[in-house]
Amino acid sequence: MAVAPPGIAARLVEFCEELRSEGVAAGTSELLDGFAVLDAVAWTDPEDFRAALSATLAKSPEDRRIFELVFDRFFFRAAEAAAVEVGVKESDGSTGSGSDFDEMNLDTLRQQIAAALRDGSEAALRDLARLAIAAFGRQGEGSGVIGVDVQRIRRSLGLRAEPQPDLDEDDPRRDGLPRDQLRRFEELLRRELERQQIERTETLPPKRPLNELDRALPSGPLQDLAAVHRVVTQLKRRLKTQGQESRGHRHHAHVDVRRTMRASLETGGVPVQLRYRPKRPRRPEIYVLCDVSTSVTSASVFFLSVLHALHDSFRKMRSFVFIERISEVTDVFLRERDFANVSEAIAKDAGVADVSGYTDYGRVWSEFRDLVDDDLHPRATVIVLGDARTNGRDPGADVFAQVAARAGRTFWLNPEPRLYWNYGDSVISAYERHCEAFECWTTAQLEDFVKALARPVGS
Amino acid sequence: MPATEPSTIEDVREGLQRAGYLAGESAALVAYLATRLGKPVLVEGPAGVGKTELAKALSRYLERPLVRLQCYEGLDEAKALYEWNYRKQLLRIQAEAQDTGWSEVQDDIFGEEFLLTRPLLQAISSEEPVVLLIDEIDKTDQEFEAMLLEILSDFQVSIPEMGRVEARTRPVVLLTSNNTRELTEALKRRCLYLWLDYPDVEHELEIVRLHAPELDATVARKLVEVIGMVRDLDLKKPPSIAESIDWARALLLLGATDIDDAVFRDTMSVIVKHRTDLDLVAERVGVKLVTRA
Repeated sequence: MAVAPPGIAARLVEFCEELRSEGVAAGTSELLDGFAVLDAVAWTDPEDFRAALSATLAKSPEDRRIFELVFDRFFFRAAEAAAVEVGVKESDGSTGSGSDFDEMNLDTLRQQIAAALRDGSEAALRDLARLAIAAFGRQGEGSGVIGVDVQRIRRSLGLRAEPQPDLDEDDPRRDGLPRDQLRRFEELLRRELERQQIERTETLPPKRPLNELDRALPSGPLQDLAAVHRVVTQLKRRLKTQGQESRGHRHHAHVDVRRTMRASLETGGVPVQLRYRPKRPRRPEIYVLCDVSTSVTSASVFFLSVLHALHDSFRKMRSFVFIERISEVTDVFLRERDFANVSEAIAKDAGVADVSGYTDYGRVWSEFRDLVDDDLHPRATVIVLGDARTNGRDPGADVFAQVAARAGRTFWLNPEPRLYWNYGDSVISAYERHCEAFECWTTAQLEDFVKALARPVGS
Repeated sequence: MPATEPSTIEDVREGLQRAGYLAGESAALVAYLATRLGKPVLVEGPAGVGKTELAKALSRYLERPLVRLQCYEGLDEAKALYEWNYRKQLLRIQAEAQDTGWSEVQDDIFGEEFLLTRPLLQAISSEEPVVLLIDEIDKTDQEFEAMLLEILSDFQVSIPEMGRVEARTRPVVLLTSNNTRELTEALKRRCLYLWLDYPDVEHELEIVRLHAPELDATVARKLVEVIGMVRDLDLKKPPSIAESIDWARALLLLGATDIDDAVFRDTMSVIVKHRTDLDLVAERVGVKLVTRA
């Protein structure tokens, strides 16, 4: 087995530091494991090296994602820093003759790249990315901004995800290219351009930490619905198991005398085995109110999908959406299973009396109280999803207090970071007195809430 | 000593293939590391990507017996680790003559004769090395996880009345989880981590062809592509690898030479198992097949 060079230990420790700074829980024991696996795996094989490290350092799908990002960044920078130090330069076509690319060759290059994209061969793509930069990058003498250059090259290659029916029959671009392959190619272009830039300037650009967006739940209006949904399906599965955790506990179990006596017959009347009464799981009745006004547009897609997930997990559940007035949408969720249909149906006909598009919390509470007054009882749970921004109207906290008093538990999920609470027209503190309020803009926070929800009452 | 001891990652991959399991890059690597370092492996991934199958294949390849502990909600030590055989102890006490001292009886009834070994203790105390599979660990509660820690890091079990039982041989341990709940950090720290996902088209094609070699090559490819399409939809239960294999076998039985709309509609229930999913798949995928045929 190849012995790792002495410098690599220090590098690994640095790498681990960087993982920690991005929030991956990589402790000393993980690091030691990392060294142990490197004894067993040839560190010269990049794929094995990466896989071996990720098996010891990143131990959840989320950590895996961060690991991949950090790994790429760290070792790319490390390699480039070493290259600058030693003064290694690529002596290939990038500085040599570019004139051999006449129009004819450009066209075959386009085709080759498109074909490689469609077939998805990684090694070929890398080479083609460099060729593409050599061929196109210089024509307009790079703009200096890498992102701009990448898009310019992609456009001049005519690579698109949509089908382009006006192209030739045998052109691989005709049916459109797989989107993730395109993204991969852009990444390669970016990397290659970055490398060349470092080579020119002989310095490394400043390191950029992963921003919250890279890893958190997407919450912008242009969010990837599929990503939200993936998170929610996971949550759905968690909800199914979580509520039952407490059933395994033996504390406070009641002895079933009849069954214990019967079992004792086996042991000559000595009650050796105690029989317990089974604990019935808590089946909460849930009322969910979801704000769908414009001030929470970005969050309400997320909220609606959470609602959607909850509907599958609890039997007795009524859901409402509100802006200026309140409207019950329980039926919509029962009828439609596909999430896209649900949000469309709610947007279209749920009858949200939406005159001004501004939330009127005071009115919503009193309407809600009138709607469910008879049904609310101490075993019911009320969950409100909203930002508590009243647009200067009466918050109606007294009515909310009445609702909260009649229900067993009341939760408030706020899509804004706690920092912004009670600034401007946010009146969350008025409501917080009567309920448990959670900030909820990442999946981790959502999980905290789910834990609170599944917790048995009184503990 | 174990019958087979792999010395390279390639060995493991080939061995697993002989055992009927086509391991991906990382699966082979982690399996190799597990045998080399003697660390438990935590395998996570969606249902039906071959987590359990990996353990079975490993046991076939390493020629070690497989000890399996299926976890469920409410599983406790008595079912997983060991239990005293109350009835036998009781009989033993009753059979004792009146004048025997308490200490003698006590020494006697807490002996190995009265111990019922459950899977975990069995794996630890086995004479020959085993592969221990702790299946669906996420179904148990956190207390159970805590109990596992002693076994996973030191390969020993403490029985208060008897002392410590240490492993005679090092078992290869695999824990699987469907990621329905976050496992504790303490447990994760002791394990290597392997994330298994649905394989890509080429890999799945190989798997299908390994298990249904008689199936026509073009049909097999089309089958795998359709499965990929179905997985992209938002289903309650996306088809697993096991279901693609079942489907391939079903098509073989029916003697299908192509997957067109009619064949798809007839056999769809093999891969999709929810009423609502069936409608969705028929609507989305069925249409595509018509246009293509």
